[in-house]
Amino acid sequence: MPVFHESRKNTIRLIFILLIVIIILRLFTLQVFTSKYKDLAEDQGLFRKVIYPDRGIIFDRKKNAILKNTNISDLMVTPNKLKGIDTLALCNILDIDTAQFKKKIIELIIKNGRSRPSVFEALLSPDKMAKLNESLYKFTPAFYLQDRSIRSFPYEAAANVLGYTAEVDTNFLKKHPDEGYVPGDYAGMTGLERSYEKVLMGVRGIEYWKRDNKNRLTERMENGQYDTVEIAGQNIYTSIDIELQQLGEQLMKNKLGSIVAIDPRTGGVLAMVSAPTYEPNYLTGSERRKHFSELFLNPSLPLLNRTVSATYSPGSTFKTLQALIGLHEGVINTDTKFSCSGAFYGCGGAKPMKCLDLGTFDLRGAITVSDNTYFANVMQRVINNPKYPDVESSLSSWDNYMYSFGLGHKLGIDIPSEKSGNIPKPETYNKIYGKGRWNFCTFRSVSIGQGEVSVTPLQVANEMAYIANKGWYITPHVVDSIEGGDKFGLLTKYKNKNKPTDIPEEIFNTVHDGMQNVVDNGTGVGAKVKDIAICGKTGTVENYYRGVKQQNHSFFCGFAPRNNPKIAIMCVVENSGGFGGTYAAPIVGLMIEKYLKDSITEKPRKDKIEYLSKLNLFPKNINKEIRRQDSIRHSKDKKYLTEKGYIKSVKDTVGIEEEQFDNEDLHDDKSESVPQKKSEKKEIKSPAVLENKKKNKKRTQ
Amino acid sequence: MYQRKPVISAEKDWITIALFFIISIIGMLCIFSVEYKSNDHFLQSLFAFKKNYSKQFIYFLFCLVIATFILLMDSKLLTATPNILYIIGIGLMILTFIIGKNVNGSKSWIPLGFMNLQPVETCKIFTALALSKYLSRPETDFNKSRSQMIASFICFLPIVFSLLQNETGLALVYFAFLLPMFREGFPPILLIIGASLGLLLVSALLFTTLQLIIAITLLIIAIIYFLKRKFKRHKNLLITLIGIWLFSILFVGVIVPFLFKNVFQKYQTERIFSMVGRDNPYNKENETNVSKNSTKAATKEKENYNVKQSKIAIGSGGFWGKGFLKGTQTQGNFVPEQHTDFIFTSLGENFGFVGCTILMLLYLTLLLRIVMIAERQRSAFSRVYAYSVAAIIFFHVAVNICMTIGLAPVIGITLPLMSYGGSSLLTFTILIFILIRLDADRQMVLR
Repeated sequence: MPVFHESRKNTIRLIFILLIVIIILRLFTLQVFTSKYKDLAEDQGLFRKVIYPDRGIIFDRKKNAILKNTNISDLMVTPNKLKGIDTLALCNILDIDTAQFKKKIIELIIKNGRSRPSVFEALLSPDKMAKLNESLYKFTPAFYLQDRSIRSFPYEAAANVLGYTAEVDTNFLKKHPDEGYVPGDYAGMTGLERSYEKVLMGVRGIEYWKRDNKNRLTERMENGQYDTVEIAGQNIYTSIDIELQQLGEQLMKNKLGSIVAIDPRTGGVLAMVSAPTYEPNYLTGSERRKHFSELFLNPSLPLLNRTVSATYSPGSTFKTLQALIGLHEGVINTDTKFSCSGAFYGCGGAKPMKCLDLGTFDLRGAITVSDNTYFANVMQRVINNPKYPDVESSLSSWDNYMYSFGLGHKLGIDIPSEKSGNIPKPETYNKIYGKGRWNFCTFRSVSIGQGEVSVTPLQVANEMAYIANKGWYITPHVVDSIEGGDKFGLLTKYKNKNKPTDIPEEIFNTVHDGMQNVVDNGTGVGAKVKDIAICGKTGTVENYYRGVKQQNHSFFCGFAPRNNPKIAIMCVVENSGGFGGTYAAPIVGLMIEKYLKDSITEKPRKDKIEYLSKLNLFPKNINKEIRRQDSIRHSKDKKYLTEKGYIKSVKDTVGIEEEQFDNEDLHDDKSESVPQKKSEKKEIKSPAVLENKKKNKKRTQ
Repeated sequence: MYQRKPVISAEKDWITIALFFIISIIGMLCIFSVEYKSNDHFLQSLFAFKKNYSKQFIYFLFCLVIATFILLMDSKLLTATPNILYIIGIGLMILTFIIGKNVNGSKSWIPLGFMNLQPVETCKIFTALALSKYLSRPETDFNKSRSQMIASFICFLPIVFSLLQNETGLALVYFAFLLPMFREGFPPILLIIGASLGLLLVSALLFTTLQLIIAITLLIIAIIYFLKRKFKRHKNLLITLIGIWLFSILFVGVIVPFLFKNVFQKYQTERIFSMVGRDNPYNKENETNVSKNSTKAATKEKENYNVKQSKIAIGSGGFWGKGFLKGTQTQGNFVPEQHTDFIFTSLGENFGFVGCTILMLLYLTLLLRIVMIAERQRSAFSRVYAYSVAAIIFFHVAVNICMTIGLAPVIGITLPLMSYGGSSLLTFTILIFILIRLDADRQMVLR
């Protein structure tokens, strides 16, 4: 048969070759030219599983663990294995009804798919755990428990010192962009958890897993050869004496205020009580969110660490420093006497400062009885010292002393949100009164620690350490050492002695004399402890809230024993009424006794503890505020709580971000009714402590 | 008549046999990589016959037995029986309507116990033989349109049954017979017009209107430039070219959008576009409606899913591939139907551009080898048959691979010798080994 059309074989070959070439070119663009598909494949086929190491443990000075980790369980469910499970029994244990159960399961299926385990209930409470453990076999394999590590505070104390951890939110991520946090991570938010976050968190591990089309993890990538192993957080040793801390918290029950105790030899903080405090375990575990919003909105501000974040006028405790300056400047000597005939008349007739004990006193006596006139005279001499050309330069020099004593600036303790306090500068007065239009008499109340001067309790305790050491202090700090070394240099600044001014020892000895007399037979006898020579100073601080005079704050600060001091301490009880010696002094006495004698055994002293801890000195306006909030909460009207001004003032004072609670309610409220909101705005009054503008006036004891 | 010894002689085309073995083994390795999990016990699974790769292995052994039988067979038997076989094949297809087994929504399978047979698939062999028989008849004059009609009827009758069985993809395969018919003298103009229209339609789906208009214009300008000397002699040529250009522009710019916007229902348009893994471009005005209707969006997602996953798997392979059994997409079952229609994705991910190119060249070698074999036949029967085999393989390879890389709509067509499935493997084995058998007797004139 003749072969026709033989040339067509070439056409056919050409068609074959052409198409194969097109396919190969297309493959080239797909596989070599674009990397888009590689990224897409990694997105869906690979999973970076982050392994969280255990956070570091925090120990007290006696190596007791005061913050450690415990395990708590999440109840996990795999929806496609649910068939044949006794749902009702499970609902009874979990305390929900079957409708809720179904809703939850559907939500999880939408979120995670059927075949992947999801968290059914996170952080089971202990009693649910107990019940579940008994009957879990009925619910397997659809349900199982997955352990997870949470923080626990075995002594239930030192909440504000240790701080808490929380899930990082967008705000946090913005502030810490390059530290490798991703949404869902936990990070320290306050206290040591915050300031030593880097040390405590350890190094996260990463495992690369393969993932299948149903989002299940199937196997390790290359048998884990690209994985990094997690490294547990470093343990931290603090100078806290947990028993002393507990005693302090007990004594400060039902009061507002704080206690700070420092070891003057090392600068290590022994106890740091901020009252009211909270049960630290409240902010871990299943009900954390609810508890946080309760604490955050509480008018008495339990989340505020008053020891570093609240500022007060120092009152008479300031007089010891005035004495040091007077002596060092040479305007007085240890025997200089001033007499008080009822008030300080050095500034003429305009509102004389009263003194309570009439008579003539030398320095020791003036400290002992806390004589206002004496110290007004001392400061007047310092300010009007002919050595200086004008008031501005003499006030500047006085400021320099105060700065060197640790006032007017942040000390740099390893606890976040420390306030700096205030020491009045010449510029301040220039601004208020105009240059050259003010003199000592304008700010005479500063001489006795009222007026424009303000300090934090920590600064007062540190100033006591300075006096106790006769001229030096180590920056106060909570952490002594870090297990495995201080890799980030966090502790370096706590190794150096600060010896700012060269004040001779005799001057300190005189001040010590006066301070010992305060406790032995002066205003501070309440602090007396058998067999211990305590030096102290009381303070009764007048304060005003919105122009209305409030009950006095009760102050006491001191150190003990006088020779070779081992503890420098201060205590403030806010708005307690009475004098500095009434409440603060006995509290300090008990703290010193506990620390130096290790235990309090005598019956009368134990009774005293009992008495003081039961004493309720909560200011009235705070109680009122709590009652009102409760009633509002009761009527489920959250407008008040979400009121912008209130939340903001809490945030500013406490220095903690709110944790995005009730956001939905906020939106709801906006859409509801505007006029109601306006009428309510008038009612909003921030509680006393929120206001930092306390106008203080003369008169101390 | 002399007595032929029934031996597998050295006259067999060993190159084709070697290619058959290489491609089949690559296919089995690919199926293995789809199913393999690192904790599987390989040998145990292989002999338990529970896994697809072990089943495919059995099919392969079975195919080898069949192949041996074919090689031992007398070629005369093949030239004597095509008509009966063709009728049996058509009969089997009709039989599926009665005793068919429902697999993946199409009732086109006949259960044989150890495997399922798909008559549409096997009927290709009978059609190829019948076509060869008809065209090689001495009384057939293929230049007559009557013969062309009859030949077309033989080829396209199975299409009717495939369409009735909802196997559109397999039906399209029968168009491959146009290629041997073209070789035997079928007027090419029909072929060219048909192919061009098909190409134009697919391109209209794949690219935007603007891209296409630019491409077509450039192509026509290039052709005019190269043919400019011929215009003096053939004045009509220029007019024809401009006519083609106008028609293409009209087709792409007006007719296709008009069809999609006004003639087809919206869901139909979306289905068509999702077959090539694209979002419906004629739906922009209604986008808000679509996003509102989430269920609709979800189904669209699902249809797009196959092509997208297939492209991701192949594309993520890169130049050298991720290595055998190391593909994350393959191991994670991301590509649906990966062991059958999308087996190429497994190769693409594990062995990358290099592996894919090698496979494509293997197929090309096979095709060109078959063309070579065809052209050395003395008998028209063998030649037509050889071209039929080449055409079928070519169509399968081209369409299957184009659909995995988003160049063609997803229609269920297997990759010859690679895809999992006894029916497909057996069909291609028989097709190829009959060819080898015929080739062994290439010196004879078979009728």
